[in-house]
Amino acid sequence: MNLLYGLAYILAAPALGGLTVGLDRIITARMQGRVGPPLLQPFYDVAKLFEKEKAVVARSQNLFVLAYVVFMAFTGMLFFSGGDFLLVIFALTLSHIFLVLGAYSANSPYSFIGAERELIQIMAFEPMILLAASGMYLVTKSFYISDIVRTQVPLVLLLPGLFLGLLYVLPIKLRKSPFDLSTSHHAHQEIVKGITTEFSGSTLGRVEIAHWYETVLLLGFVYLFFSFNPLLALIAVALTYVLELFIDNNYTRFKWALALKSAWLVALVLGMGNIALLWYYMKGL
Amino acid sequence: MMAHMKKSPWVIHYDGSSCNGCDIEVLASLAPHYDIERFGIIHTGNPKHADILLITGSINEQNIEVVKNIYSQMPKPRAVVAIGICALSGGVFRECYNVQGGVDKVLPVDVHVPGCAARPESIIDGIVKATAILEEKKKKMSEEKAKKEVE
Repeated sequence: MNLLYGLAYILAAPALGGLTVGLDRIITARMQGRVGPPLLQPFYDVAKLFEKEKAVVARSQNLFVLAYVVFMAFTGMLFFSGGDFLLVIFALTLSHIFLVLGAYSANSPYSFIGAERELIQIMAFEPMILLAASGMYLVTKSFYISDIVRTQVPLVLLLPGLFLGLLYVLPIKLRKSPFDLSTSHHAHQEIVKGITTEFSGSTLGRVEIAHWYETVLLLGFVYLFFSFNPLLALIAVALTYVLELFIDNNYTRFKWALALKSAWLVALVLGMGNIALLWYYMKGL
Repeated sequence: MMAHMKKSPWVIHYDGSSCNGCDIEVLASLAPHYDIERFGIIHTGNPKHADILLITGSINEQNIEVVKNIYSQMPKPRAVVAIGICALSGGVFRECYNVQGGVDKVLPVDVHVPGCAARPESIIDGIVKATAILEEKKKKMSEEKAKKEVE
């Protein structure tokens, strides 16, 4: 455990995540033949949201959204300080549960549907990422990120199925097509704005900041697969993000049943298949 | 601290009694060709996220409540842009028995964009003008807040 990295994450992740989202919006615009907004646009947006009137539908939603941000930052701190991967996964789920509770606390059909879809998305994401953690344990014999990141074994070559599976479910958490069911990014809309419909002003700003934290955390997951070579890992992380943007711009939104079924099918075939093969291979040795 | 209102205006649009021509031009100005995201403008479908309300078409008996409802859900500071001749005065629908007239009959309109149909260029210009008004409104809000704190 290295708390220093964790603290560095808490301080630097919003800036890094915000810049990533800014780049995301420019690259997305270029893919659509547009110029796009300035790089710092996400920061302007959040600064504006904090200057708006504080209109609150239900008081409890502020508390839940605050808990969402705090637990998201806490999850990332656990990850970057080299904590237990399983703990990271469940803490990530917990933070999203707070967002769902925040959406449920407003009496609105739009945020209700968004909240229910968010639960389905959590359910779709979970098996794949748990399998990824198990696969890394099989190779490195540790659930601790600090051990996994130090391994000299090229994880991506031993766990290609898990890596592809992670690429498949990543848009769920990045809130990108085809999995932007519960809420969506940029000017996309789905059932008004899904889970964030009833959040406005600074509350919405906090949801956005939590998303910046989460983006950095998710790219950290991708990094682990290439951690044997840090330079290669950073390139892989950048390429992965561009690939997700490409998918975002080329796919329409899935229905919830297809999203859930396909994510589980990918987890079952690619994830379980990879782990089963690896297990037999290691037993044979 | 004050410059952000201008840099990130999110819009919502509503079409009243009209031929739909101005609404199509609004959508055209929101689509990739004119790329209003250059100005940080995002088209939201949600009044609670919006800063600027774009209204095309005239106000009739049925949509008075709808328009008021959308406006009341937008957090302050907020601005209203009336687009096209129908939103300004009722236009060709002015004499209809159910038509009240322009948007200013029910909402405080900040920017009027003329035209039949209004051109995308002038619509974008109207939105950009509205951002300056948002900034002024924000200034007034902060001054009033400071006054209250002094009292």
